[in-house]
Amino acid sequence: MAHFTKATSVKDWLNQRLAVEKIEKVMASEYWIPKNINFLWAMGMVLVITFALLVVSGIFLLMYYVPTVDEAFYSVNYTIMREVDFGWLWRHIHGVAASVVFLVIYIHMFTGIYYGSYKKGRELIWVSGMLLFVAFSAEAFSGYMLPWGQMSYWAGMVITNLFAGGSLHADGLVEWIRGDYVPAQAFLGRFFMLHVFLLPLAIMALIGLHFAALRIPHVNNQDGEEIDFDAESKKYLDGDKAGSKVMRFANDFMSKDMMVVGIFLIFFFYLVFWNYSFAMDPVNFDPADGLKTPAHIYPEWYFLWSYEILRPFNIDLGLILFGFAQVIFVLLPWLDRSPNAVPANRRGLFAIWFWVMLSNMIILTAMGKLPPEGVFSQIGLVSAVLFVVQWIALPFITAREKKV
Amino acid sequence: MKNKEPIILAVVVFFSLATYYLVEPFAHHVLHKKVIEAKNEGFAYNDLPAITKTGNAASGKDLVVNGGCTGCHSIEVAGMPAPMDAVTAAGAYGVNPPDLSNAGAIYDAKFLADLIKNPAHALKVEHKFDAAKGEMHPMVSYYGMGGDIDQEVADMVAYMQSIAVKPEDVTPAMAYEDACGRCHSVEYEKWTQIGEKPKFKHEKDSLAFDIKVIEYQESLIKYMGKLPPDLSMYIRSRGDDFLSKLIENPQNILEGTAMPRVGVTADAAEKIIEHMKDAGDTKRHEREEIGRNVMIYIIIFAIFAFLWKKQVWRDLH
Ligand code: HEC
Ligand code: HEC
Ligand code: HEM
Repeated sequence: MAHFTKATSVKDWLNQRLAVEKIEKVMASEYWIPKNINFLWAMGMVLVITFALLVVSGIFLLMYYVPTVDEAFYSVNYTIMREVDFGWLWRHIHGVAASVVFLVIYIHMFTGIYYGSYKKGRELIWVSGMLLFVAFSAEAFSGYMLPWGQMSYWAGMVITNLFAGGSLHADGLVEWIRGDYVPAQAFLGRFFMLHVFLLPLAIMALIGLHFAALRIPHVNNQDGEEIDFDAESKKYLDGDKAGSKVMRFANDFMSKDMMVVGIFLIFFFYLVFWNYSFAMDPVNFDPADGLKTPAHIYPEWYFLWSYEILRPFNIDLGLILFGFAQVIFVLLPWLDRSPNAVPANRRGLFAIWFWVMLSNMIILTAMGKLPPEGVFSQIGLVSAVLFVVQWIALPFITAREKKV
Repeated sequence: MKNKEPIILAVVVFFSLATYYLVEPFAHHVLHKKVIEAKNEGFAYNDLPAITKTGNAASGKDLVVNGGCTGCHSIEVAGMPAPMDAVTAAGAYGVNPPDLSNAGAIYDAKFLADLIKNPAHALKVEHKFDAAKGEMHPMVSYYGMGGDIDQEVADMVAYMQSIAVKPEDVTPAMAYEDACGRCHSVEYEKWTQIGEKPKFKHEKDSLAFDIKVIEYQESLIKYMGKLPPDLSMYIRSRGDDFLSKLIENPQNILEGTAMPRVGVTADAAEKIIEHMKDAGDTKRHEREEIGRNVMIYIIIFAIFAFLWKKQVWRDLH
């Protein structure tokens, strides 16, 4: 056994057993961050905080929510919204955070794409990030089922129907997923389990992986500069804080993280109290009714772009392209053939590719919500084709890029 | 190094707002075009003729009793009880004729006058009740007692106004119960079509009450073609604008619907919506208040975070 001495302080006692000082150094005070990064690098911390808000508010909701088809709607809209003190507040926080987290995830993702932060040693950060995106999507979808309103029911119906695979008619698979012919008690029960247990667990594990993947490559910077972290951190520790190109994660960058989090929370709570209906669809305040199809069925806004890739085509081609859209982002580190890990604006054609991709996904998002009629369905078709073409073109565009 | 953060922030805000605009206000406008563009006359009921005669409440009272109104309706404030209980009345008419004590304060005067002469016309349900085809509305038209019918109708309206509470004393619950309560339950306010469900000591009594509600609903379904929905959460699922326009003229929103135009005044309509907020958006006042306090707290947090950052970063440049 290791040799233990009488502890001189609580810290020393912990140090001998847990090496807390060393952990603190590795994870915080000597985790070196480049100085030339902007507030977009605080989005990761904003995501951590939003996830924490989701977990805490979710725990409170879980105390009163009843996962049965007869009671679910009532437990949410009556018990939680009216009877329980501050139940409404937790519900609004949970609902708004679930929507806003996707806005921040998209900003975070596009930051990564813009600055090339998925390249050269950072592939695993990117892949774990995309796994987080998938896990969050599943978490959001399963959570949306729980109030058992009209949109819960019909979105559940439409999305699980996709698993029939078009002309494959794998209805058995759909029934297996639902545990019934239509969304009913078995369906609600399993999505409840996924939402409150298995998926949050997976998300926490993936956040751990994401952070671990960050530690060795360090975060990228806004100038695409190669930084010698050993030399620069030595400079910092020797006292030349101003001259060094790096800073500590804590408290140096964390103080900025907190500043950004503060501003984000002002925005967030404004939404929670005064502008929440974008995150809590009115249609879902009608109780589920399997005999009454709503006039318009659409997913939450963050799924609209991929929904619109599915919609303009016949069911088989639509499903294939939908599947393509789901996995293609994961492959970005390998589809981008360029040797440059610099901001997109210095990468010629790739800069155009980036802004077109971003704008096109916003157009897809808008069309995904509108009824597929007239000019909207034509725009949707063109956008969906453009999306696919852009990804196919990416390796060719980037392969021709010269080293900058 | 030039500070690029303001321009980056502008880009992020621009793309976020563009997305928001497209999936919220713009999509909303496209999806709900019909409701948004529906005509709205501010409950003026311009399609109905104005009352030209000055009513006399005293003679109105006799007309209301002799003209048959009280054969179907109760007028509790005037000591006239309902001829039948709600379930029996619904069996006879499809729905329980509402108590008229406060009709004069809740319904528009022009509307009442038209309703008395031709219910199906005022209620805008002539597509269901076509007198020419012998499809009679359960509330019979008033054909006059032999005098000037317009004078008689004006008298009856004046009588109803004279016995009603002052319009400003109508509460949201009263307005709702009179105008909508005979068709729509509000579970979250314990309201059923036959009244508020009392607290029973014995389960047997509670079940007996539920059975009465079900019997009433059976008649209502026969009359309306379907059970009018429970309105507990409709303030959140439909919103003020939709509800206000639906109340003013259901045919503008749901063409061909069996739901009548109930003919309430603008003020009563506002109160009805207020009542629906009490049911489905109960904590709205608390939300405002807590929202303000949370904002103050978060702004202070943000200021401290900013000061901390400034202090930490002083040595870094
Ligand atoms: C005579 C019965 C009757 C009365 C009185 C009545 N309604 Fe209705 N209401 C109905 C029926 C029937 C429907 C179903 C209509 C349909 O689906 O066509 C309905 C539907 C509704 C709806 C749902 C509309 C939708 O989008 O599906 C709302 C909201 C509503 N009523 C509100 C009210 C309000 C508020 C009042 C009082 C001012 C009221 N109703 C009075 C019978 C009534
Ligand atoms: C044969 C029975 C009967 C008679 C007589 C009758 N009513 Fe009615 N009345 C009804 C019924 C039934 C309703 C509900 C109709 C509905 O909701 O579709 C009603 C509804 C009303 C309403 C509410 C309308 C609304 O917009 O919600 C008023 C006010 C009213 N009656 C006044 C009168 C007056 C005044 C008289 C006498 C001139 C009268 N009624 C005579 C059966 C009757
Ligand atoms: C909600 C879940 C997520 C959390 C909590 C999270 C958290 C973080 C944190 C704290 C950082 C470091 C600080 C920063 O650069 O912002 C980071 C970096 C990064 N994340 Fe995420 N992230 C999440 C999802 C994603 C997703 C969906 C992607 C995209 C696929 C992604 C890709 C990246 C990349 C590429 C970096 C490195 C940035 C750089 O090196 O400059 N992350 N993440």
